[in-house]
Amino acid sequence: MPESILRFENVTVAFDGNPAIEELSFEIFKGEARIIVGASGSGKTVILKTALGLLRPDSGRVFLFGEDITGRKEQQLFDIRARAGMLFQEGALFDSLTIEENVAYPLVNQKMVKCPPGEVRPRVERALSFVELGHTLDKFPSELSGGMRRRVGIARANITQPDLVLYDSPTAGLDPITANNIMSLIVKERDLRHATTIIVTQRFQDGQIMAQYRYNPDTDFLERVQGQTEGIGFLVMKEGRLVFEGSAKQLREATDPYISKFVLRH
Amino acid sequence: MLDLLKPPVLTIQEFVFLTGRAFRSISRRPHYPKDVILQMDIIGVGSLPIVLLTGFFSGIVMALQMSKALQTYGAVNQTGPIVAITLVRELGPVLTALVCAGRNSAGIASELGSMKVTEQIDAMRALGTDPIQKLVKPRVIAAAVMLPCLTAISDFVGMLGGYIIATALLHQTTAEYWNASYRILEYSDITQGLVKPFVYAFIISLVGCFYGLRTRGGTQGVGLATTQAVVAASVWIFVLNALMTKIFVSI
Repeated sequence: MPESILRFENVTVAFDGNPAIEELSFEIFKGEARIIVGASGSGKTVILKTALGLLRPDSGRVFLFGEDITGRKEQQLFDIRARAGMLFQEGALFDSLTIEENVAYPLVNQKMVKCPPGEVRPRVERALSFVELGHTLDKFPSELSGGMRRRVGIARANITQPDLVLYDSPTAGLDPITANNIMSLIVKERDLRHATTIIVTQRFQDGQIMAQYRYNPDTDFLERVQGQTEGIGFLVMKEGRLVFEGSAKQLREATDPYISKFVLRH
Repeated sequence: MLDLLKPPVLTIQEFVFLTGRAFRSISRRPHYPKDVILQMDIIGVGSLPIVLLTGFFSGIVMALQMSKALQTYGAVNQTGPIVAITLVRELGPVLTALVCAGRNSAGIASELGSMKVTEQIDAMRALGTDPIQKLVKPRVIAAAVMLPCLTAISDFVGMLGGYIIATALLHQTTAEYWNASYRILEYSDITQGLVKPFVYAFIISLVGCFYGLRTRGGTQGVGLATTQAVVAASVWIFVLNALMTKIFVSI
């Protein structure tokens, strides 16, 4: 039985009495990937924040790395959060810190991560080189473009080599070329480390790239995979409810008007 | 009626929770001394020009108004003591706190509010840092240290303003003015004048942090949080001033 990384059991999260996600249940195992698609306001971001304990469920239970985090206090969550990385919408880089300080932040501040001070800079340099931004160490986030900030966010999310990586709308608001580059980096990161990955997106193409491409370290390029891909599932959200869970093929074949419209539109 | 009372009661409850967490965090590691120094510079040194101006001109106005009133009773030479007592006991602490509330509560609320709406607060929590420890604690400590210092400076420049009026317009000598001012002040006045800003410091910093951290929405939310922070901090300063004055008068 593979290790359960994240499990939602009938989770409801509401703001001012209005449910953002309602009775949501799903599970993801080690090495798998989930692509959560849905229109704006369908509760996709809330799922990721609830998964890390940044939002508390009004009902239901959340299990992260097999541990029930539902009622835990903030101080008790830091150790378990250190095993997960997250790319926030727009990157959420700290304005007052340089790119180097931003990427080094998890290494320096997470108690669970034991990184000797002399190792911090080399690791930051490696992480930034991976996202092709090795020259931006001394810059501030405001000096970078939206796509570059997103890439720095990917470097920051992955620098501690977390077991679970959550990406919140990594391609939102980017041009198609930059968006594809970002997705290539995410696939590369996933295949090199075999990390469990959850992506929230409005673009169906992002899910297709995740499902149909693999990184080949020999050629340093992504290659299209023929046939059914294992361990990659799609979740479709509509107004806080999970309306579909299945493979890319099942998603394309879905007859539900909302789901099919969503797939065709993107 | 209950629906009307619910929001303010909930707000006070949330504020009390934040205050409790902030006080508990003061002794808890990590301490972020660099952030404390940075906030001392922003809150203390940054507020100095406006505090100096406010203190100086309130001293001048006080001396002018008092001398006019005291002239009726032939007691113009009492201008110095009255200016000193009024500034040290009341005007210095309250004016300095109000100026700092306008400047620092607003600054803190807008900074933290911007961080909140751009998800930097969530990112901080996700990356192993408690925002109360990292953002609230340094601001509270910095304000608690700097506000009494700013008030003492404000009191002094206020008396200096009174001195200029006393010597230039009321024909008092330097010795007359400063001797009378010095003699009238008691230790209880100084204590009162320093305890008050110490308490206001918590209001200024915590109210700013509170409204900043509960910001919702985009830029409009940040603007609203900033306004609410200044209004709430100013009102609480007046309320607490009345309470503390009553306590000090009774002692």
